[in-house]
Amino acid sequence: MKPVQPPVALEIQGLVKRFDRPAVDDLDLRVNGGEFYTLLGPNGAGKTTTLRMVTGLLRPDSGAISVFGIDALADPVAAKKIMAWLSDEPMIYDKLTPFEYLEFIAGLWGVGARAAEAQARDLLRWLDLEPHAHERCEGFSKGMRQKVALAGALVHEPRLIILDEPLTGLDAGSARQVKNVLRERVRRGCTVIMTTHILEVAERMADRIGVIASGKLIAQGTLDELRHQAGRGGLTLEDTFLTLVGQGAVAA
Amino acid sequence: MSQPASLLWFARHECRLAWRDWVYMMTAGRGRRFRSVAAGIAAFVFFLHGVAYFMVGAYANVGADPGKTVLLIVTGNLLLSAALMLSQAMESVTRAFYSRADLDLILSSPASARRLFSVRIGAMALSIQLMALLLTAPFINVLALRGGWHWLGGYGVVIAIGMAATALAVAMTVGLFRAIGPKRTRLIAQIVAAVIGAAFVIGLQVAAILSYGTLSRLDFLTSETMRALTPDEGSMLWWPARAMLGDAGALLAICAAGMALLGAAIAVFAPQFAELVISAGGSAHGAAQQGHKSGFHCAAPMAALRRKEWTLLRRDPWLVSQTLMQLLYLLPPALLLWRNFAEGIDAAALLVPVLVMAAGQLAGGLSWLAISGEDAPDLIASAPVLARQVMRAKIEAVMGAVALVFTPLVAGLALISPFAALAAAIFVAVATASATAIQFWFRSQAKRSHFRRRQTSSRVATFAEALSSVGWAATGALAAMGNWFAVAVALIVLGVLAGTRWLSPARA
Repeated sequence: MKPVQPPVALEIQGLVKRFDRPAVDDLDLRVNGGEFYTLLGPNGAGKTTTLRMVTGLLRPDSGAISVFGIDALADPVAAKKIMAWLSDEPMIYDKLTPFEYLEFIAGLWGVGARAAEAQARDLLRWLDLEPHAHERCEGFSKGMRQKVALAGALVHEPRLIILDEPLTGLDAGSARQVKNVLRERVRRGCTVIMTTHILEVAERMADRIGVIASGKLIAQGTLDELRHQAGRGGLTLEDTFLTLVGQGAVAA
Repeated sequence: MSQPASLLWFARHECRLAWRDWVYMMTAGRGRRFRSVAAGIAAFVFFLHGVAYFMVGAYANVGADPGKTVLLIVTGNLLLSAALMLSQAMESVTRAFYSRADLDLILSSPASARRLFSVRIGAMALSIQLMALLLTAPFINVLALRGGWHWLGGYGVVIAIGMAATALAVAMTVGLFRAIGPKRTRLIAQIVAAVIGAAFVIGLQVAAILSYGTLSRLDFLTSETMRALTPDEGSMLWWPARAMLGDAGALLAICAAGMALLGAAIAVFAPQFAELVISAGGSAHGAAQQGHKSGFHCAAPMAALRRKEWTLLRRDPWLVSQTLMQLLYLLPPALLLWRNFAEGIDAAALLVPVLVMAAGQLAGGLSWLAISGEDAPDLIASAPVLARQVMRAKIEAVMGAVALVFTPLVAGLALISPFAALAAAIFVAVATASATAIQFWFRSQAKRSHFRRRQTSSRVATFAEALSSVGWAATGALAAMGNWFAVAVALIVLGVLAGTRWLSPARA
């Protein structure tokens, strides 16, 4: 009997985006459903540009993007309906409270009031935001703002969550809360794609890791597979990453 | 080379930042436009000289011993300049307290905060003086060319007033800070600054209208009432005017007074600034403002967007106050129209242009906030809503807000004249739609807090918005009076709008 293949959450083929120079250069990427996938790469490698094109924030020059079988370039609204995007700069409104913010997002994504409110209350509780649920966000710390933004990304129950450096600037407690919530979502069948510079997070949380350099995917797989690709066993992820990026730079 | 962290070193640092900030504001961040901006400023200054020639050229030959009338007129104009400078200074001081761009860095360094703030207060005075000189220099130059070099004392007077206004603004803002706390000071000081800037002009106009039925401030300043109420020519009250007219002793005295005031403000308040800035920073973490606590009221995406826009507008009284302040200037013409024509032709029809003009101005501000001032653009762009639906919802939010303000006014007008009310309703809607369309064509992503920079982002949009408001106001007035010339004016405004659309980046 053939093993059941997981659905493909994200499939990118031949993606190209140029600014002054190629930011993303003929990139192919495939992420399976229910997977925690981490994208690593040096600054300016093209990680954020890639993810912004997936979420419809940037138009690619060429290539194809499919989200759970939906052509994200031909039907962006349908693709956006099942996706959430969270950047390192929290996208929240200072003059709204977390509760109102989640209500607004539920409205934008067209989620029913009852289901959205229950989900919002759970998220606010899990993220320790319940005591501040009805305070305006203007006085919140970076960590609190990031948690509000994360709650916003999750309140409409997306099937694919894309996060760009979500742990930047968070304290240990907040970072752990965010990680716990993401793990719990993956357990429930959600797919998470995350960029990070914190290699330890990638090492501990990711099912698979992709390494991007100069706009190309230069390696991908589990940590063991990456070590193998780097040509040396027993390396830390940091050593593996630096070796792969070094090889990528030579190849380029 | 100046010693690091010395007064001179800080002054150099401040000058560099101020210069770059000014260039950015004038060129909207496009360095290549600097030459055209410089040419524009030169043309503007040249134009102002022409305006000054026609406005004050005939008054240049005032004798060495001016009478009370001349002293009253000159003093009135100096008070007007002082009010505007004070308003600008209060805004600068408030910004110094609340914008923490580099203050955290400097306050956490071992450098003396007193020196930094001494320089910053001095820099505020300098920038206010430069701005005032840009506007007054053409008038002083024309007076000097036509009436003699003694008018050049005007430069000294403007500089002295700039110093005094800055000192007063620092004292007032610090006083507000101590009296009502950092959280409220931000809003109150901004409103006070705007009201001070507008109040003197509006006050004089209202007084002139009520007393003489004219908008002319001169009629009021030269009236017998004013002559009777003010002290005789020997009083110190006239020293600034005498200095302006070339009295060297008075000029020296007011320059010395301005310098003394600014020096005292620096000596007294610079050491307190660091403490106040820290309080202002902490105020954001003070008592949290509460929102509504009822359950979710999830609506369709467009309704959610409209509600979000209305909530943000309602909760940002500073932004709304800046916008509504524009309406304050429309009060005197409304009063004048009402008073002068109440017993003649249909007075209600004369209120139509005032309402239309105000609607255009309000819609311009609000649509900038809704369309360009989006604080979470990525969130909106990543939502499963078409871009055109987002824009439609935002435009509807603006239209709704304008309707909320003007419906009661138009309804009140309908009680007096249904036809005038109909014309007002139509042209309020048209002016609102035009201003919104201009903001839509010239939209560019910005933070809501950058509202005050919106007019520098596109001068074409700024002029087009003003022209369209004025044009629709004229059309509305003519239509309300049943004058067919309204059609011709409407066609001109439509031409302006078509030209604006053609020039807009949205078309490109």
